[in-house]
Amino acid sequence: MKKNRFNATSKAFAVLGLATLVACGQGEAGKDTAAKTVDSSTIEVSGEMKAELTAPPFVPASVGDRAAKKLIVDMEILEQEGTMTDGVKYVYWTFGGSVPGSFIRTRVGDEVEFTLKNHPDNKLPHNIDLHAVTGAGGGAASSFVAPGHEVTFSFKTLNPGLYVYHCATAPVGMHIANGMYGLILVEPEGGLPAVDREYYIMQGDFYTKGKNGDPGLQPFDMQKAVDENADYVVFNGKVGALTGDNALTAKVGETVRLYVGNGGPNLVSSFHVIGEIFDRVNIEGGTAVNENVQTTLIPAGGAAMVEFKVDVPGTFIIVDHSIFRAFNKGALGMLKVEGEENKKFYSGKQVEGIYNPEGGKIVATGDAPTAPTASTKAERIELGKQIYSQTCFACHQGEGQGIAGAFPPLAKSDYLNADVDRAIGIMLHGKTGEITVNGEVYNSVMTAQTLTDEEAANVLTYIYNSWGNNGTEVKPTDIMRVKSSH
Amino acid sequence: MIKVYLFIAVLFVSFFGNTQEPTAMKKIKRGAFVPLYGSDSLGVYVPDFMLDEYPVTNKQYLEFVKTHSKWKKSKVLRLFADKSYLRKWVNDTTLSTEIKLNSAITNVSWYAAKDYCACQGKRLPSMDEWEYAAMASETKPNAQADSIFNSKIIESYELPKTYKNEVGHKFKNYYGIYDMHGLVWEWTSDFNSVLISGESRQDVDTEKNLFCGSASINASNLMDYAAFMRYAFRGSIKANYNIQTLGFRCAKSIKK
Repeated sequence: MKKNRFNATSKAFAVLGLATLVACGQGEAGKDTAAKTVDSSTIEVSGEMKAELTAPPFVPASVGDRAAKKLIVDMEILEQEGTMTDGVKYVYWTFGGSVPGSFIRTRVGDEVEFTLKNHPDNKLPHNIDLHAVTGAGGGAASSFVAPGHEVTFSFKTLNPGLYVYHCATAPVGMHIANGMYGLILVEPEGGLPAVDREYYIMQGDFYTKGKNGDPGLQPFDMQKAVDENADYVVFNGKVGALTGDNALTAKVGETVRLYVGNGGPNLVSSFHVIGEIFDRVNIEGGTAVNENVQTTLIPAGGAAMVEFKVDVPGTFIIVDHSIFRAFNKGALGMLKVEGEENKKFYSGKQVEGIYNPEGGKIVATGDAPTAPTASTKAERIELGKQIYSQTCFACHQGEGQGIAGAFPPLAKSDYLNADVDRAIGIMLHGKTGEITVNGEVYNSVMTAQTLTDEEAANVLTYIYNSWGNNGTEVKPTDIMRVKSSH
Repeated sequence: MIKVYLFIAVLFVSFFGNTQEPTAMKKIKRGAFVPLYGSDSLGVYVPDFMLDEYPVTNKQYLEFVKTHSKWKKSKVLRLFADKSYLRKWVNDTTLSTEIKLNSAITNVSWYAAKDYCACQGKRLPSMDEWEYAAMASETKPNAQADSIFNSKIIESYELPKTYKNEVGHKFKNYYGIYDMHGLVWEWTSDFNSVLISGESRQDVDTEKNLFCGSASINASNLMDYAAFMRYAFRGSIKANYNIQTLGFRCAKSIKK
């Protein structure tokens, strides 16, 4: 019988889970230290409580050492218009009014009484398939609900882990593509090890009729979804959900646990935090722990728990390391860490010099190519354009539009046009900290650029003569002047 | 209290006219088609029939309940309409201010819709009839292969709160029928004859009709997705449900 098989599996998981917990912190395998075997199907519940549900990036309080209970979960489905990125609207279908849907936190052995409400103004029927449910369809068949109605069903959480839930109403792909997914955590007995900060992040891919950035209310494009040709790949439902003022925060010395899910519908996430190494990863949200991980793969319809201690201050960029998604489609978030510098862990730039291989000569077979010099403004713009595409393009983007929340725009930029010397200074020395560009606050890092005076003048002239800027011509002498003024 | 109701009723009648204009009907010419999943997984033949030009409006339904008191909000039997029946009406004869008289009537049960049509000497269209008439674009009786038409339908299904628009808002199709897509869902006489379990993936695996039906049109066809949404909706409802986004129109057989 199916049930028995599942029980056997869950028993095995429970043993493993205990073993890992006991081993945690000692860095040693603790296979034989499991104190007792718990069959989660036999855990009795005592009392009932209403589940706390949270919108991302927050998670409810840990279960701690509470006993298994009857847990009442009350979730409303809302079809509502939201913002994909500046100027781009999208009709999201949501569990609880957010993408991803509300975070549900349970412990193993809980008996969850789940009520799913479909708002009367919604157009479509929906349901929910929770990957934490042991049973055909994960609850989908028993939760199918018409607009203006509600259904209730119950399940027992048999296996600890981090699980995806999603809508499974036809056409399934479309319901998921519109944002109908979220995470449900089943903590082991006694709860997960305590950490200082916990956050909820979920990646999803979106398919719009217009291209990335095309303004207005963008309808879902079924053909692009079938072709798996995403216009947006984002964390928490929109571009910039985790950048700028929405960035995650922590203090030096704290431990951070991220509950990371991937709703899909199509793409697999190469989850990475730039400048951090994950101390521990619960692979695929399960019980197995990998340590010292740079990038963890999160399948569509899967999850992972990643933990790390933040040792140095700074802004850590969270990306899908399928990297064009991060810089061109929106899969970019930020973790801002405040506190004391630790020069032993990370020095910052210590020495800067010229690197000339082979004793200072450039090895070349023919004549050494000389860097071209511009004699007219038009030439300056032309040469500057090449430098732009090599040096500036990755962050400030092809049309100088930047990336909302992360990298400020150069196009029609009030900040740029207001002060040429300041712009030269930023290019020479880099820029860290808060600036306001066209009414948006950016708090990011630009590194100093190692360009010759000629190159710096050309690229700035190109920028000032593109995308609606004020047409300033910057000459190498201006660069020298600013350099010597410091 | 009754006097007040009467007074309001009289106001309505005098303001909006006394007699109810029957909705004009258009002829749908017979033909065969393959529905996504229906009673027969092969072709379905639909004989000539007449179909209302517009969905039934609030104004028309208001006239109807005045003369058919068993369908008044306060009198209706729960067996025939759950408590969401005419949810946005203030009382038996007063609509809330947010409702337009010329918008489609919604929050009515299948029983109510069926009786309304019967009282007009009409009936609800069958699902096959409705689907057949709904295949028509502005210019073609069968636009199943027209990808632009189909993506427009999907877009219109996604748009929220379209029930607030007045009838005639959406395009007039080949037969001269308005609002088949993108205004409100519509009751059909046999809406529940397709058994969808709610676990759509299981349906795909085991429902033979569905499997054959979808295979015969090609699963990546956008028409399927629009139809999927309609069939999934029908599968989620019961005859005594009253839904904000669900209205109806009437049909009539043509006697030989």
